[in-house]
Amino acid sequence: MNGGNSMDGHKGVLVCGEIAEGGLAPVTIELLGLGRKLADELGEDLSALLMGSQTSGLAKEAIACGADKVYVAEDSLLDEYNSDAYTQVAADLCREALPSIILLGHTDNGCDLAPRLNGRLGGGLAMDCLALSVDAATKSLVSTRPVFGGNAHAEMVSKSVRPQMATIRPKTVSPAERNESRQGEVVPVEGKIDPSALKVKVVERVKEEEEGVKLEDAEVVVSGGRGIGSAENFEMLRELAHVLGGAVGATRPACDEGWAPMTLQVGQTGKVVSPKLYIAVALSGAIQHIAGCLGSKYIVAINNDKEANIFNVAHFGIVADHKEVLPALTTKFKELLSA
Amino acid sequence: MHTIVCVKQVLDPEIPPAKFKIDPEAKKVVPPPGVPPVISLFDERAVEAACRLKDKHGGKITVISMGPGKAADVVKHAVSMGADEGFVLQDEAFESLDSFGTAHVLGKAIQKIGEYDLVLCGRQSADWGNGQVGSILAEILGIPVVTLAGDVEVVDEKLRVKRMVKDGYEVLEAPMPSLVTVSNEIGLPRLPAGMRIMIAARKQIPVWTAQDIGAESSQLDKANAHSEVTGLSVPTRKTECEIITADTPSEAAVNLALKLVKIIE
Repeated sequence: MNGGNSMDGHKGVLVCGEIAEGGLAPVTIELLGLGRKLADELGEDLSALLMGSQTSGLAKEAIACGADKVYVAEDSLLDEYNSDAYTQVAADLCREALPSIILLGHTDNGCDLAPRLNGRLGGGLAMDCLALSVDAATKSLVSTRPVFGGNAHAEMVSKSVRPQMATIRPKTVSPAERNESRQGEVVPVEGKIDPSALKVKVVERVKEEEEGVKLEDAEVVVSGGRGIGSAENFEMLRELAHVLGGAVGATRPACDEGWAPMTLQVGQTGKVVSPKLYIAVALSGAIQHIAGCLGSKYIVAINNDKEANIFNVAHFGIVADHKEVLPALTTKFKELLSA
Repeated sequence: MHTIVCVKQVLDPEIPPAKFKIDPEAKKVVPPPGVPPVISLFDERAVEAACRLKDKHGGKITVISMGPGKAADVVKHAVSMGADEGFVLQDEAFESLDSFGTAHVLGKAIQKIGEYDLVLCGRQSADWGNGQVGSILAEILGIPVVTLAGDVEVVDEKLRVKRMVKDGYEVLEAPMPSLVTVSNEIGLPRLPAGMRIMIAARKQIPVWTAQDIGAESSQLDKANAHSEVTGLSVPTRKTECEIITADTPSEAAVNLALKLVKIIE
């Protein structure tokens, strides 16, 4: 199993798609755009695998986004993500289709599926990639990914095994350009899922509706650190986030203190966000926190310590006590945005 | 109940950025002098999860750590939290292994340890963060895997795992033995009590080599690596921070809002 696959016969780029709210997930459209570029560079085909209970309608969308071929696996057992079932279907298909490159989104499910699939296929996998390219001489995939909490970037290559797999962080590459007139082939995936191989049962799925926008989807994030001082003081951040239609985040120390729930933790050990605007309030900018927000388009620092590391990565800053800055900032935004 | 926890010693991620240095030729990080390595954050939470199960159901916790130098220190840290036993897996042949090589070594050590009900790993390591050793290890051991756990319980001889996802969580039921990777949502690791620290300090931590665990040389051969680090660099950040000044903080806030409103609209 883990002896490593030989290079023979592997060809083409395969995107493992995700479905969200009845359509292709945004990250899948991004992967199709990236996969198209890699496939063109290699002079090979781009295919997509769609797993679900009602996926055939989405094949056309994947073709419009650049796929030459779409494998459609429809089964009621694939209705929602099930690690055992998805791994089985994807592994069976990959053993037959023998793609050279497999791309997945760096999402909860992509992070679960990719390493299991790789464990079965014996390829090489780079997780959480920021960029992919093809080495001109060897035609191997070069994956660039953050390591050591984003302090360094590593380039990874699989020299002697196939498939070459990568998970790509959402919102790091531009989405595919749609062309409704594109033609492609739709291939139903035959073969039934072996129910005895489904060892882990889903007892329930619980949606926790946060008020307002989700942290990962927010265009504006207002994050607080140890300097906020108390759970009550986080209210000030919530007001600002609310006015901006954004979400609240927090550093590890602030979550550890119980001022904000663990689910709002931004950083290496929490969530990675890449909003348009990241407002960092009363946080010093520890490496592991910065790793979670460095992809933001603009970072704003509000801190009374002008030596704080956060100013090294921020685009705008105010050196002052946040308690004197935030109320005025919220009021002014309210005025500007209602105009 | 016997739980095996895999832990890794890593460069302390809380060091100031100025202390972070790399050797681009060797493609390695140069550890800052005088800063002791620590247990990887998610691995510490995996130890915490094991301790909570032991508090409730009794049983035994065994900790293993593959790594050079003072890997015994992180095993002892786990013992101080409540683990019963630990082993260090150390051999020149284990250095710079990729995820498959690492999973092979851990798998061989686990087979040598013998019977178990649960294997816990951190969600990913705090250094290279490959995030795949746990899943490959489960494939090697031939046991089910559940990733991103925010809570692990035993109900009616089965594991009940809360798996954290973007918009909530899933409750999954897995047979024993299974492998579970632990995420930070599980909560803070316990602070070792004085007595446990003394027990840990005196604890003998045996060192197992490739030969001791029967690791296969083909699996440790770098020529067979599934993935290789071909470059390591420190990203350059060309951010120039514009400090907004004014007579008072609230005036500065107004000026800031005027600048930012153009960005968000």
